[in-house]
Amino acid sequence: MDIIVPVKQVPDMERVKFDTEAGRIDRSSASGEINPFDLNALETAVQLKEKLGGTVTTISMGPPQAETSVRDSLARGADRGILLVGKEFAGADTWATSYALAAAIQKLGKWNIIICGEKTVDGDTGQVGPEIAEWLDIPHVAYVSEIRDASESGITVVCEMEADHYGIESPLPTLITVTKDINVPRLPSFADKMKARKAEIEQWGASDLSEFADPTNLGLKGSPTRLNKVVIPSEEGRKGEVFRGSPEDATKKIADALQALGVLGSAK
Amino acid sequence: MNNEEYKGLMVFAEQREGKIHPVAYELLGKGTEIAQKLNIEVSAVVLGSDLGDEINELFYYGAEKVYSYNHPVLADFDLLNYKHNVARLINEVKPETLLIGATHLGRSLAPRIAAAVNTGLTADCTALEVGDEGNLVQIRPAFSGNILAHIRTTTRPQMATVRYKVMQKLPRDPSRKGEIIEKEPEIIESVLKIVSKESSGGVNIAEADVIVCGGRGVKSSTDFELLQDLADAFGGIVGCTRPIVDDGWMGKEHQVGFSGNTVKPKLYIAVGLSGSPQHLAGMRDSDVIVAINADPSAPIFKLADYGVVGDLYEVVPKLAAEARQRS
Repeated sequence: MDIIVPVKQVPDMERVKFDTEAGRIDRSSASGEINPFDLNALETAVQLKEKLGGTVTTISMGPPQAETSVRDSLARGADRGILLVGKEFAGADTWATSYALAAAIQKLGKWNIIICGEKTVDGDTGQVGPEIAEWLDIPHVAYVSEIRDASESGITVVCEMEADHYGIESPLPTLITVTKDINVPRLPSFADKMKARKAEIEQWGASDLSEFADPTNLGLKGSPTRLNKVVIPSEEGRKGEVFRGSPEDATKKIADALQALGVLGSAK
Repeated sequence: MNNEEYKGLMVFAEQREGKIHPVAYELLGKGTEIAQKLNIEVSAVVLGSDLGDEINELFYYGAEKVYSYNHPVLADFDLLNYKHNVARLINEVKPETLLIGATHLGRSLAPRIAAAVNTGLTADCTALEVGDEGNLVQIRPAFSGNILAHIRTTTRPQMATVRYKVMQKLPRDPSRKGEIIEKEPEIIESVLKIVSKESSGGVNIAEADVIVCGGRGVKSSTDFELLQDLADAFGGIVGCTRPIVDDGWMGKEHQVGFSGNTVKPKLYIAVGLSGSPQHLAGMRDSDVIVAINADPSAPIFKLADYGVVGDLYEVVPKLAAEARQRS
C-alpha cells in the first residue's frame, strides 16, 4: 500500500499574533509547524503501512522554511518527503494549490491512497483534499473518523455527516480526509528525529511539474479567488458585565438580563 | 471564460432523508436580497428521489425556478453522481453565483464541483455582500475566527459555501409559486457504496437555541447532570469541550469547537471552561454568551455578555432555579 499525505506548514495558533489596526497576520510571531489535522492524516497513513506494508510519502507546498515540516513528517514515520517550492507557487488559493499538488502526485506515479487532514487551522477551508481528488479523477470520502477495513482492493471507512455516521466503501485509488477523532498521533522518538535530520528532502520547482501542470495555473496567477482585504474583528459589542459577590445576587441579575433580552421566561 | 455569459444566482438545496436542509432556505433568503440588488433570478437545484411536495418549500422560501433531479441513486449523498449532474447543470445554465450550505455534505461536494467547472470557491462564508461592480464579496473567518477575509472570485460562477444559521430566511409564504424544471439525471457508476447508516441519538447541537456547555471545571462525568438540569430549565441541550470528549464523558456530537461543532445558539452558557482559541472558534457567534467560571482571568469572560465569577456548583443550580421560576 503506497500512501501519499499532503501536509501544510501553519503558524502555531496558540502563539500567532494579529495586528488589528493593520489588518494583518504577524507570521513572524509564531514558528511554523505541521497543521495539526495533517498529523492525524500522517498517523492514519503510518498505521496502514504498519498493517499492510508499503510506503508513506508526504508532499508539501510552501516557502523554503516549510522544509522543517516535511522533515518532521519523516520523523513521524513518512519514508519520503517532497517540497514544492519556488516563487511560481506563491499566493495560491485552494484551486491552484490542489492543482499543483495533484500534478506532483501524478509525477510520483505509483500510489493507492491519498490521506489529507480535514482542514487546516489557518485557512480552515477543507477544500484542497476534495479538489485534488477531482483533478486526479478519483473518488473521495471526507470527514472520515474511522477506518474499518483496508486492503489492496479497497477501503471501508466511517464518514461523519454531522449527527449521521455513514459506513462507506471505496475502491482504490481513492482519497480520504480524516478528522481529529480518527487517532492520537504518536510523538516522534529522539532516534527518529535524529534520522530525519539527516534525511534528504526532495525539492521540486514548477519546471519539475511541466509534464503535468500548465504553469499559468500555478500560484497567484492561477488562482481564481483573490483576497480583497483582511479585517481583524475586535470583540467589542459584547456587554461584558461580570458579576462577583453572592451567587444568589449574580444569578438574579443574569436572569433579569436574559429575561429582558427575551431568551428567558415571559418575554419569549 | 466569458463572465458576461453567466447570469442569475443558484442555490444548491441539500436534502437528507427527503427533507431539505434549512440552510438552503437561508441561502434563498440571502440570495433573494442579492438578486433584488442586481435584478437577477434566484433558482435552486435539488437532487433526490421522489421528494414530492418538499420541492415546493423552495418556492415558499424564495426560489423562482427549481431544477429537480429525481432518481433512486440520488436519494442519499452519492458524491460522484451529485458532482457530475450539478457540474453539467452549471455548464448548461451558467449561473453567475452558486451558493452551497457549509454542511459536511456541502463542504465535501463544493470543491469537487469547483475543480470540475474550473472556478474559484470560498469556504464557510459568514457574510456576503454585493461589490462595486456587482461581484460577490465573500466574507469568511480564518485563523480560528481571529480574522475575517474578504474574497472575490475572478471566474464564474462565483462559488461559496455558507455557514448554517448565519443568513436570514424569508418568512415561509405558501402562496409563492415558481417553475419546476425536471432534469433528466445522467447516472454514472456509483463506486462509493454506503454500507451502513447510524445516527447519534438525534443530538444535533448545531440546531439548538440554547446550549449549556461544560469544560474541565466540571469535576466528574456525573456532575454533568447539573448542566443537564440547567439546560432543561432553559429548554436547551448540553455541550462540552474537547477534553470532555477525549475523556469519554460525552460523545463527539456534543463537542463545541474548531474540531467539533460550530454553533450559533440564541443563548450560550459556558460553565467551567476557560475558553481556548479552539473552543471560541466554535461558539463566538452565539447571540448571547453567559460565562460561569471561578477564574476571573479566564479568556471566556472577554467574549461574554454576562459573567459570574464563582463556583459553578453553587451558581448552576441557582441559575436553573431562577430560570424555572420565570418560565
